[in-house]
Amino acid sequence: MPQFLNIARIALIGLRRDRFALALSFLLPIIFFAVFAMIYSGHGSTTPKISIIVVDQDHSQASAQLLHSLQNEDSLKVATGPEPTKENPTPPDYTAASAEAAVKAGDVPVALIIPSGYGLHPISFGPAQPATQIELLNDSSDIIAPQMVNGLLQKAAMTSMPTTMAQQGMDLTGRNIGGFTPEQQKRVDAQMAAMRKYMADPANANRPSSSGGGGMIQVHSRAVVGENKPNPRIAVYAAAFGVMFLLWTASGAAGSLLDEAESGTLDRVLASRVSMGTLLAGKMTFAILLAFTQLTAMFVFGWLVYRVDLPHHIPGFVVMGLSTAFAVAAFGMLLASICRSRAQLGALSTIVIMSMSAIGGSMFPRYFMPKAMQTAGLFTINGWAIDGFTKVFWRDMPVSALWPQVTVLVSTGVVLFLIARQIARRWDYA
Amino acid sequence: MAAAVFPVPPPHPAPLLVSGLVKHFGSVKAVDNISLELHSGECLGLLGPNGAGKSTLIRAIVGRVAPDAGAISIFGAPAGSPAACAAIGWIPQELALYPRLTAAENLRAFGRYSGLTGKPLSDAVAWCLNWSALEDRADALVRTLSGGMKRRLNMAAGLIHQPRLVLMDEPTVGVDPQSRNRIFEMIEALRDRGMTIIYTTHYMEEAERLADRIAIVDHGRIIALDTHQALIQNCFTASAQVIARFRDSSPALSVWASTHGGSLKDSTAEFAIDHPTDLARLLDSAAAAGLDLEDLALRRPNLESVFLHLTGRELRD
Repeated sequence: MPQFLNIARIALIGLRRDRFALALSFLLPIIFFAVFAMIYSGHGSTTPKISIIVVDQDHSQASAQLLHSLQNEDSLKVATGPEPTKENPTPPDYTAASAEAAVKAGDVPVALIIPSGYGLHPISFGPAQPATQIELLNDSSDIIAPQMVNGLLQKAAMTSMPTTMAQQGMDLTGRNIGGFTPEQQKRVDAQMAAMRKYMADPANANRPSSSGGGGMIQVHSRAVVGENKPNPRIAVYAAAFGVMFLLWTASGAAGSLLDEAESGTLDRVLASRVSMGTLLAGKMTFAILLAFTQLTAMFVFGWLVYRVDLPHHIPGFVVMGLSTAFAVAAFGMLLASICRSRAQLGALSTIVIMSMSAIGGSMFPRYFMPKAMQTAGLFTINGWAIDGFTKVFWRDMPVSALWPQVTVLVSTGVVLFLIARQIARRWDYA
Repeated sequence: MAAAVFPVPPPHPAPLLVSGLVKHFGSVKAVDNISLELHSGECLGLLGPNGAGKSTLIRAIVGRVAPDAGAISIFGAPAGSPAACAAIGWIPQELALYPRLTAAENLRAFGRYSGLTGKPLSDAVAWCLNWSALEDRADALVRTLSGGMKRRLNMAAGLIHQPRLVLMDEPTVGVDPQSRNRIFEMIEALRDRGMTIIYTTHYMEEAERLADRIAIVDHGRIIALDTHQALIQNCFTASAQVIARFRDSSPALSVWASTHGGSLKDSTAEFAIDHPTDLARLLDSAAAAGLDLEDLALRRPNLESVFLHLTGRELRD
C-alpha cells in the first residue's frame, strides 16, 4: 500500500474510533444547513412582519383611510395602542410621546405620527404643493424597517386614497392651465363621482394596486435612537461579534480540563485537598476573567478606532460584560464536562456556538429573521447579551433597565455550572 | 467511596491498613480481596506484571478509585478523607505536571493545592528541588526538561507537602538507566529518613534493591508477601538452578532428566541443586548418556523465579 494511503487509512481508523467526532462530522454540515435554511427561508414559520406604531392625531377620513390601508398590509403589524394586560385591560392609545418612548425602548423599530391637519393636504404632487408631513420616528440601528414603512406609505397613497389623489390632481391641473371649461369641469366631476362610488364599495376599497409611485405622502423621518451617535451600529456589532468570540474563548479555556484529565494532572489535583467543585470554580473564574478582558479589549478598540462611546457607559458595560462573561464561562465548562476529548470539544463547540450565534443575532440582526427564529433567539446567550449591550450603548438606558438580561444571563450561568458540576462527577472517582 | 470502619482503632494507627479490597471494572476484577498492612518506616514493593492490579490498588488507597468492597485506612483515616489526603504523597505513573509552568511553579502550584503557603511553601519547594537535583533547572519550563528530569520533578511534586506515606506508581517508566539510578538514590534517601513507602514496579531488580518486603501481585490478588529472601526460601529449597540446553530433543534426554529429578521443556532441562559438586555429577551422566550439550547456565533463584514458580508465567508476560 502506498504510504499516503497508509496515512489516510490511519486517520480514517482514528476518526472511526471516535464515534462522537465521527457523528458530528456528518451532523455538523446538516445542522448548519438546517439552521441557515430556516433563517433565510422562514420554513415552518410566518413571514417576518415589521411592527410599527401609528398615532392618528388628525382623525380625518384621509388619516383613517391611511391607517386602514397600513393595517391591511401583510408585511406590517400595526398597533395604535399598547397590548391590554390584566392590570390595564383598556390601555389608552399611543401618543406622540409614548410612541417615541416605545421606539427608544426598542419595542418597535418605527412609529408614524399623523399630525392634525393631515386630512387637508394628505398628498402632494411636488414641493410647490402644500402637504402635511407625517413624522416617521425610527431606530437607526434598523436600516431596513424605516425604508420599508416609507415605501408602504407611498403605496397606501396609491391604493387607499385614489379619490383624494385624483381630486388634488385635477385641482392642480385646473390651476396650472387657468381653469377647466364648463364641459371639461363637468366631465372631471363625473369621473370623480364614479371613482368615489367605486371606492365606496368595500370590495374595492382595499384592492391592492400594482402601480408604483412615491413621494406623494410627505414624510419627515427622525431617528429617535442613535441620532447623535458618531458611528451608528458599531456598538451593536461589537456586542454581537464579541459574544460569539467570547463563547469560543470560554470553550477553549474550559478545554484545559480535558488536557489535564488526559495527562493525569486532574487526578493528582483531585487527590490533594482540592474538590471537583473547587476545581471547576477555579477554571470558571479564569474563563470569566479571560472573557471579560477580551470583551473590554474589543470595546476599547471600538472606542479608540470607531468612537464607540465607552467612557459614558462604563457601569452598563461592566454589568453586562460580567454577566455575559459569567454565562459564557459556565457554558464552556458544560461543553468541556460533556466531551471526552479535545476533538469532541472542538466539534461540539463549533456546532453549538455557530448555531447559537446565528439564531441569537451575532451574525445578522434578529429582526431579519422569521418570528419563530426570533423567539428561538431568546434561548441563546447571544440573544440576551446583545439585547443588554444594545440597551447600554444604543438606547442609553440606565443600569437598572438591564435587570431582565442580567437575571437571565446570571441564572443561565448558574444552571449551566450546576449541570457541568453534575456531569463532571465522572472525574470524581473511577 | 465506602468509609473504612474499624471496630477498635489501634492506639498508633498503621500507616496503611487494607482489608478485603475488591474493585471491578465492568466484568474485570481488577482487585480481588486484597488485605495488607504496612508498618511505619517500611518500604513495600508491589511487584507484578502490567495489568496485575497494582495501579488500581494504589489509586484506591489515594482515594481516586471507589472500591466495591473492603476498607482502607491511612493512619486511621479513611481513604479519600482530608486527613488521608494530607498524609499521602502520590507519585502517579503519568507525568502529571503543568507543561507550560516552570519546575518551581509546578511545585508551588501543587504545594498550594495541599494547603501550603508562605515560608513553609518556599521551604518545601527548596527541599524538593534539592532532593530531585533540579535546583539549577528551577526556572525551566517543564516541556524543556529531559525525560529523567520530568520524572524527578513528577516525584518531587508528590512530596511537596511532606507526606508520611508515599505511594510511587512505577516512577521509572521510560527512564534511561542513568536517570533510573538517580531515582533509586532519591528513594533510598527517603527510606533512610524513615518514610513509609509503597513502590510498584514490574522490574524485580527494583523491588530487590528498594523494598523491605515484597508483595507479588497477579490477577488482582497478592499471591505472596514477605521479605526478598523469605520469598525465595519459601519457594525454593535448593540454592541454585541448573539450566541445560541440548542440541536435540530425544527419548534419552527425557529419561536422563527424570532420572536426576529435573524437568524438561523442548530440549531444555532444569534442575535444582544444593552443592556445586552436584553440577559435575549431572554433566558426567549427560556425557555418559551420549547427550549433546549446547549451553549450560547456573542461576540462583530470584523474584523472577518466584513469580514463575507461583504463577507458571514470566514476570514480563
